[in-house]
Amino acid sequence: MTDSKYFTTTKKGEIFELKSELNSEKKEKKREAVKKVIASMTVGKDVSALFPDVVNCMQTDNLELKKLVYLYLMNYAKSQPDMAIMAVNTFVKDCEDPNPLIRALAVRTMGCIRVDKITEYLCEPLRKCLKDEDPYVRKTAAVCVAKLHDINASLVEDQGFLDQLKELLSDSNPMVVANAVAALSEINEASSSGVPLVEMNTQTINKLLTALNECTEWGQVFILDSISNYSPKDEREAQSICERITPRLAHANAAVVLSAVKVLMKLMEMMAPDADFVVNLSKKLAPPLVTLLSSEPEVQYVALRNINLIVQKRPDILKNEMKVFFVKYNDPIYVKLEKLDIMIRLANQSNIAQVLSELKEYATEVDVDFVRKAVRAIGRCAIKVEPSAERCVSTLLDLIQTKVNYVVQEAIVVIKDIFRKYPNRYESIISTLCENLDTLDEPEARGSMIWIIGEYAERIDNADELLESFLEGFQDESTQVQLQLLTAIVKLFLKRPADTQELVQQVLTLATQDSDNPDLRDRGFIYWRLLSTDPAAAREVVLADKPLISEETDLLEPSLLDELVCHIASLASVYHKPPSAFVEGRGLGSSRRALPTRSGSQDILESSPSHGERSGVIPTQESLIGDLLTMDLGGPPVPSSVPAAPFASSGLDLLSGGLDGLLSDSPSVPPPQAAPAPSVGLLGDIFGLAPSASTSYVAPKQMWLPAARGKGLEITGTFSRRNGQIQMEMTMTNRAMQPMMQFAVQLNKNSFGLVPAAPLHVVSPLAPNQSYEAVLPLNPTGPVQRMEPLTNLQVAIKNNIDVFYFAVVMPMNIFFAEDGQMDKRVFLSTWKDIPAANEVQYTINNVNMSADAVSSKMQQNNVFTIAKRNVEGQDMLYQSLKLVNGIWILSELKMQPGNPTLILAVKTRAPDVSAGVNTAFDAILHS
Amino acid sequence: MIGGLFIYNHKGEVLISRVYRDDIGRNAVDAFRVNVIHARQQVRSPVTNIARTSFFHVKRANIWVAAVTKQNVNASMVFEFLLKVTDCMQSYFGKVSEENIKNNFVLIYELLDEILDFGYPQNTDTGVLKTFITQQGIRTQTKEEQAQITSQVTGQIGWRREGIKYRRNELFLDVLEYVNLLMSPQGQVLSAHVAGKVVMKSYLSGMPECKFGINDKIIMEAKGKPSADESAARTGKTAIVIDDCQFHQCVKLSKFETEHSISFIPPDGEFELMRYRTTKDISLPFRVIPLVREVGRTKMEVKVVVKSNFKPSLLAQKIEIRIPTPLNTSGVQLLCMKGKAKYKASENAIVWKIKRMGGMKESQLSAEIELLQTDTKKKWTRPPISMNFEVPFAPSGFKVRYLKVFEPKLNYSDHDVIKWVRYIGRSGLYETRC
Repeated sequence: MTDSKYFTTTKKGEIFELKSELNSEKKEKKREAVKKVIASMTVGKDVSALFPDVVNCMQTDNLELKKLVYLYLMNYAKSQPDMAIMAVNTFVKDCEDPNPLIRALAVRTMGCIRVDKITEYLCEPLRKCLKDEDPYVRKTAAVCVAKLHDINASLVEDQGFLDQLKELLSDSNPMVVANAVAALSEINEASSSGVPLVEMNTQTINKLLTALNECTEWGQVFILDSISNYSPKDEREAQSICERITPRLAHANAAVVLSAVKVLMKLMEMMAPDADFVVNLSKKLAPPLVTLLSSEPEVQYVALRNINLIVQKRPDILKNEMKVFFVKYNDPIYVKLEKLDIMIRLANQSNIAQVLSELKEYATEVDVDFVRKAVRAIGRCAIKVEPSAERCVSTLLDLIQTKVNYVVQEAIVVIKDIFRKYPNRYESIISTLCENLDTLDEPEARGSMIWIIGEYAERIDNADELLESFLEGFQDESTQVQLQLLTAIVKLFLKRPADTQELVQQVLTLATQDSDNPDLRDRGFIYWRLLSTDPAAAREVVLADKPLISEETDLLEPSLLDELVCHIASLASVYHKPPSAFVEGRGLGSSRRALPTRSGSQDILESSPSHGERSGVIPTQESLIGDLLTMDLGGPPVPSSVPAAPFASSGLDLLSGGLDGLLSDSPSVPPPQAAPAPSVGLLGDIFGLAPSASTSYVAPKQMWLPAARGKGLEITGTFSRRNGQIQMEMTMTNRAMQPMMQFAVQLNKNSFGLVPAAPLHVVSPLAPNQSYEAVLPLNPTGPVQRMEPLTNLQVAIKNNIDVFYFAVVMPMNIFFAEDGQMDKRVFLSTWKDIPAANEVQYTINNVNMSADAVSSKMQQNNVFTIAKRNVEGQDMLYQSLKLVNGIWILSELKMQPGNPTLILAVKTRAPDVSAGVNTAFDAILHS
Repeated sequence: MIGGLFIYNHKGEVLISRVYRDDIGRNAVDAFRVNVIHARQQVRSPVTNIARTSFFHVKRANIWVAAVTKQNVNASMVFEFLLKVTDCMQSYFGKVSEENIKNNFVLIYELLDEILDFGYPQNTDTGVLKTFITQQGIRTQTKEEQAQITSQVTGQIGWRREGIKYRRNELFLDVLEYVNLLMSPQGQVLSAHVAGKVVMKSYLSGMPECKFGINDKIIMEAKGKPSADESAARTGKTAIVIDDCQFHQCVKLSKFETEHSISFIPPDGEFELMRYRTTKDISLPFRVIPLVREVGRTKMEVKVVVKSNFKPSLLAQKIEIRIPTPLNTSGVQLLCMKGKAKYKASENAIVWKIKRMGGMKESQLSAEIELLQTDTKKKWTRPPISMNFEVPFAPSGFKVRYLKVFEPKLNYSDHDVIKWVRYIGRSGLYETRC
């Protein structure tokens, strides 16, 4: 029992010695030698030279020795592929062993040896093992399929292992089912095409739910995680899944609980938020989440990061549980920081007193980060819960009195925010703040203090002296402070022009002549010119009212939050980043997860880079999100001359406060109006189109993407068919305060295979308040996927800010092809040919046109009249049309003169399109 | 999924390294050592991302157990698994120490091969694992035994084997509760909860079906028993409100959800049947009343009163009160009515121990702390006074109502089973701020 001796051999000539021991006759000695080899391997020594000798020990009855040799093989086979072949025979033989443990061991190990030649030999034994009578072998073989897929994906597909794996989903043994589902999920995720190789359906989900009750805790996690990728057909199915999963919330394993929470959170999206079912479910979610906080600290950490998401998505669930997030003295620092975050999110008027007294307690702790965060939290409470502001401010003042340097600095930063939220309310404390001027050494704190002095310059008698004292070391200050100082002194000058002229001269000179920083120089020049040309305007610009700062800060961006909710329990939810930000290589092609929507129309947009011309879009889109995130996580970015969105409430925002005013708030300086949008005609020319030539019906533009959802980008649009070309016509308006650029578009696979025929052209940059008419020609030549409804099209628009997803319904008439005229006889025979069951009747109201007018109007939209009859005073129009995908549609339009109601009968071999055709007829006739 | 699993000693030397996935190389072993174990600062997170590789770690005593991955794995599962790995090692060879790990490295590799396949956790139940992986290497088994092992590892009842026989059918139930409290100096309860667990030791023959009854309000009401208040009036016992409970995997969760009954086939030997949490109507066994007075800059006076608050007939044991002292303490004079109190300079605390204390009693300690003059501005943060104890009742009011055993195939009935129930209340984090 002293195997530790193997770790200590450091003699020279060790390898040689081991070699002779490995070849020893004595079994005991052999085993000892293999142990030594494994020990050396563990500590990182290279023992690959012993490969043949170790492999020679493989054929043994001793299972322990065998396992050790296998371990060695897995480590070194890749570096010695030719030698590894020597082991194949033993593996194949072992796969036939009467002992199931050995069969499983062989197939398990073989899958871990990543040598092509061995993989070939693996197929037959694996096929057998997948059908083995023993469940232990089958569950091992199931995982082995995933291993093989990792080595050679096409081999797995060619050899039909996927189907065998699918069969295992109905296995009688729950653990086999669990492993099979785990393997399938991984294969799906890794699939290069981005299309899942195995689709889940109601039946498989039911099987999984049955196995869920019986398998091991880990198996339950696999199953729950895979169910979370399934989108139920309708609300009822979602509810029944929820009901069957809810008992898992009482499982002792935190992973089972969190995975169950993930599924429930996702499915709840499909239900009306005020439905009893959702309310009840929300109630059931709170206790298990709270219980997670009494697990080991590492698990607690994961739970807290997830609770942070849940609290943002559904604040109601934990609203009464504030107390459990109180920090314990012995909590590890990572747990403390996370708890603090959640406490702030849960703070409201009813619990604020408790929260504040806790925060005050925390502010006296030892850990600097924690203390800072606690101080900051007090400020956030003041902003969030107005009635408590008074108490928060006095608490902060108490903390400033402690004179602990970092506490003071942090307090000043948050007091600045409080001033912005409640202007002209707490200015009496400024004198206390000024006492601490000398101790501030962090840029953010200095900047905040300077902002306060500038903002309230008229009430601080010695404001000029204070600012002047900062000016002495102007060159050594960080950009943040320099910009702030510049603005503050200009403010001071505008408020007290008499005695500060010299000071403002000085700062403008420093900023414009002695600085290398373009931002600083630009701002300096702007102020300078403003002041010299029109001081009154300067007043209005610089001293304009600032927009209020928002209550909730550092909330996750909603679309990211939704994506992360789909990833509850996973690493993504711990990092608060989408998986693409930290997972590389394969699997990136797989779809971004999105929450299901209530209406049942799935908003999931698969971003599969399947087409060469657009493949560039997706990676940038993904990495863009990642980049934005990393930027947020880093320190405050260097303020740029571009004003940030007015409600961002960061330091950056304050800095550019003056500029905000300059660009948009001030009536005297009109916002830079963009040139009127270029005419469509010009673009039409580019694409070889003459829009005037066609008079086919174009639906009026509809709001596709409201500015609120598009982060300032507003899109209205419609579809048209001009000269045989389908087009998407969009008016893109920039309602944000910063220019937009780098536009790109992608369409999800759709029923008609529409893909962009040219890249999206948008004037770049699209200045604030500018609109642009973009025309995107579309070709029906892309991959086809049936959508529900048929004319649904999911669009992704990317710009430099984010990627936006929306779904639109295309009018059917854009698919009516020009060559839709049918020969009379063919029409007749086709009409008879199509079974009567395929005939659908509609009524169209309020049409006051003669049959001829209808006929010609329809003709313009590629609906061709084949024949016209008059039967018993009724006009009958027989018409044909052809969709771009080759589907013929025949129709009969019955109209009575003087009666505005038409009866439309549609006959086609693909009755699914009938409804769309009716809508199109209706729209055309009413246009 | 998990790409590799490494175990290090406190110096960062690798003791065990097992790689499951091709995307994890040997350099991952070093990356973790350099960036986490040898990092200068305190560990700020149990998850670290280095060059797009994520490292999860748990540190127990001086041993680091780390899992590595490049994928978006289920993080809670990885941590639960790492904790299971340490449990598993502990159950095989006791304390998880460098020495023990080195001595059992072959066993550990064998276990790692069995419980993690391609990074997917498999059956980790030590009871089952021990039937075919032993410290003495692998036993040779008969064909029947092999079949039994495999069906057990994968089986629906993976935690119990067939054919167990005892001459005396016996079971022990321990209700173990940890009372957690955070109290303000003024005696206001800031937060309090009980984390309880029911540990069962079963020595029962065959495949017995057990039904467990407790005085949970919901369960009692679901059972159609007279409402809690009435029965309380009659028996003097009240039903309690359990905020949340969790069960061992042997408990049929779906049955609990629908019928509110706890039924299960227990593993053989000791296991944790359920865990629960309550926050309402907790009887706090002790109350600590601190009084701290700073007399000038070099002296402090501390007075601590402890009151026991339970039936006078009961006895609390192992009482220990820990009163933190400032870092610049130079000397302490102590006076206590009961037990022994000592100033431990190395722990910066006064430790006051009382062996036994009856209910409804009170005791007091006063201390004079002399301080060194310091010029450091760092304020002493006054950590809370913490307390440890053990009492022979369940502070939440939790009661076992019954545990019925049915074994239809063997000829013993519920009456033949000898049953023992014990209640223990211990301190969790029991703190009073001062």
